[in-house]
Amino acid sequence: MLAYLIRRFAFLVLSLVVALVVIFVLLRLLPGDPANALLSVNATPEQIAAARAQVGSDRPLAEQFARWAGDMVRFDLGESYISGLPVLPEVLARLQVTVPLTVLGFLLALVIALVAGVAAAVGSDRWYGTVLSGFAQLGIAIPVFWVGIILVWIFALQLGALPAGGFPRDDWETPGEALTALTLPVITIAVVMSASLTRYVRAATLDVVGSGYLRTARAGGASMAQALWWHGLRNGSVPVIAILGIELSTTLLGAVVVESVFTLPGLGNMLIDAIAQHDYPNIQGILVVSTLFVLLVGFAADIVQRLVDPRLRLSVSGNR
Amino acid sequence: MKRQLTLAATIAAAALVLTGCSSGSADDAGGADATINIGSLYEPQNLSNTGGGGQGVTEALSGNVYEGLYKLTDDGEVEPLLAADDEVSDDGLTYTITLRDDVEFHSGDPLTSVDVKSSIEAVTAEDSQSARKSSFDVIESIETPDDTTVVFTLSQRSISFIYNLSYIWIVNDAATDLKTSEDGTGPYTLDEWKRGSTLSLTRWDDYWGDAAKNAEVVFHYYTDATSQNNALISGQIDIITSVQSPDALSQFEGNDDYVVNNGSSTTKELLAFNDRLEPFNDRLVRKAVYSAIDREKLLNSIWGDYGQLIGSMVPPTDPWYVDLTDVNPYDVDLAKDLLAEAGYADGFSFTLDTPNYDPHPAVAEFLKSELAKVGITVNINVITADEWYTKVFQDRDFEATLQEHVNDRDVVWYGNPDFYWGYDNAQVQKWVAEAEQAKTTDEQTELLTKVNKQIAEDAASVWLYLYPQIVVASSDVSGYPVNGLNSQFYAYDIVKE
Repeated sequence: MLAYLIRRFAFLVLSLVVALVVIFVLLRLLPGDPANALLSVNATPEQIAAARAQVGSDRPLAEQFARWAGDMVRFDLGESYISGLPVLPEVLARLQVTVPLTVLGFLLALVIALVAGVAAAVGSDRWYGTVLSGFAQLGIAIPVFWVGIILVWIFALQLGALPAGGFPRDDWETPGEALTALTLPVITIAVVMSASLTRYVRAATLDVVGSGYLRTARAGGASMAQALWWHGLRNGSVPVIAILGIELSTTLLGAVVVESVFTLPGLGNMLIDAIAQHDYPNIQGILVVSTLFVLLVGFAADIVQRLVDPRLRLSVSGNR
Repeated sequence: MKRQLTLAATIAAAALVLTGCSSGSADDAGGADATINIGSLYEPQNLSNTGGGGQGVTEALSGNVYEGLYKLTDDGEVEPLLAADDEVSDDGLTYTITLRDDVEFHSGDPLTSVDVKSSIEAVTAEDSQSARKSSFDVIESIETPDDTTVVFTLSQRSISFIYNLSYIWIVNDAATDLKTSEDGTGPYTLDEWKRGSTLSLTRWDDYWGDAAKNAEVVFHYYTDATSQNNALISGQIDIITSVQSPDALSQFEGNDDYVVNNGSSTTKELLAFNDRLEPFNDRLVRKAVYSAIDREKLLNSIWGDYGQLIGSMVPPTDPWYVDLTDVNPYDVDLAKDLLAEAGYADGFSFTLDTPNYDPHPAVAEFLKSELAKVGITVNINVITADEWYTKVFQDRDFEATLQEHVNDRDVVWYGNPDFYWGYDNAQVQKWVAEAEQAKTTDEQTELLTKVNKQIAEDAASVWLYLYPQIVVASSDVSGYPVNGLNSQFYAYDIVKE
């Protein structure tokens, strides 16, 4: 297990390095000069040159990368070209919205998916199993912003029951208001997310239901529910955990769209603004932080998977 | 694992149920205790108007938190504000301005002439990003003989000097960190700026003038018009400073709960040629293009019944406005004749650099189909704002482009042959220069009216239409500015019932 942990960690670091290179190079492929952000419409050639020197866009790419990567490793995300304000505090402030949104949305999706997925599997030859599978198919096809718009129309504009968007000025000081603001966004994420998760849970449960050990348990006198409860969940959860890691990362990315629909001051909205303004330090800072999140989730999912299923531990450390 | 999941799920479910109860706006107080919630698409980048803060910083802070020596009213008039008196020497080169002696900054420091000097120096400084910077090139020196007197010496006459001063915030010279905090003299202090979300202002009890008629103003920032409209409908905001999507107006028109105000804008949508290049160096070609475009249809398709046609760079709020919409009439036959006369009977083709944001892509498609009727082929090249700045504005590497120009009194750009569009008419340059050095505003107005007519005759650019300035408000608020000239939005007179 230790050897695996070390190898897995080395892989994490390598992925991060590759991600840094990709983020940096892709942004440099955009047309235009980041120095423009510092200039007014009356800028003289001298001022343009000075601005380029200030943001470093007059230096060779390799030198720009080395300097930037060095800063990133020390977690110095720099200052926005547009506002001149440091990036890190703003990213951290925005995480106050994005992390609860992502985590709550994901957990709600998980609850829906577990219930619906197991039910769809157990009742795969009944009418409700077909209906649930149908809904899951439909959910996968619906764009997330569309779900958001529909929910706003119903609950905010027609019923007036929930706000159409925004986040309280005092953040989490009044948790009730903050959660109210997040209700529709969380449901939006959960609706879309649970659709694909339901299919995984259903497939995993079907595997378990058809398995020899479950039949053995049933033969020993356990009811279907008892057999699933005692033997099925642990076995069924292994493939689901791997998927969950990926899905949690996807949820974070889905939050970008949801934040935009609901005008939430999260990382996603910050990213959209930063891209529109070519604010390289902000874009890079957000991408680095979210990449780190995605890699850590993947790392954690792998570890958890091995903790849940001893067979994986053996085979992996034995074979590699 | 299972237990953890169940626990987490329970918490999530409980949180969601718990929150279903409360909603809507909590600010129900009216009158002098009211909180005015304003929706805007223009969040400041930072809070400094010399450090690239952008249009949003003017909207939220100008006149509300910071004040100038003079103010530009919502009707376009210039009135004294922090200046108590001014005197101009006979040669027009020395302006002696006396300050009010009862003004304090929010920090408690009294306003002195030194603050005025340092505020103007901040605008003209080397690293200043103020768009107003070049307006003050004429200042030779600023002296502060005593605490309440500022003496400006100019290198040449500048009739717009007082008008230009109305843009300059007077900031405490001891203030630091202006990108995130403030020290102005206005009727509000900055309460909190929550980036990506809101900026709130609180009434300042020690204000030298009439106190604000509301207790608090909160600017709510949106990235798209739909969210903003939804916020107004669901009562989260009271006013939208500037509606950018006319499609949404139908929800508010004819509804007693809302008022749709059609104010005067200064934003012009331009088809700007590179007048240096063939065939656009030929006045006849430019006029032909102008006459080939049905501007009324264009305006109507984009703004419905709002906005207006203009025949030049001058909006009706500028003193030198005259109606020139018929100088280059929409007339396809005339356009064809002009093209033939210029030697392009079979038309030609050109590339139109089109910013990728609204309304430009739609306008470009419209122009393409209009110009096809007279044999001109338009190749649309969509670019980002950033690319526009480098390619078109700095490098002048373009044939024609679309752009909106927002400021009032900006016809004078046609007097600068080095400007990106390269319009070069010596007579116009002379008039613009003379106008700035005019002895009276009448003289200035007369000269700039001539400029106005001449650029229309020359079809220096195609001025497609003037944007509308649409403020939509809940019908229980009043006292808000409807014209929002130069993006300012004075909030102190707003009353909520």
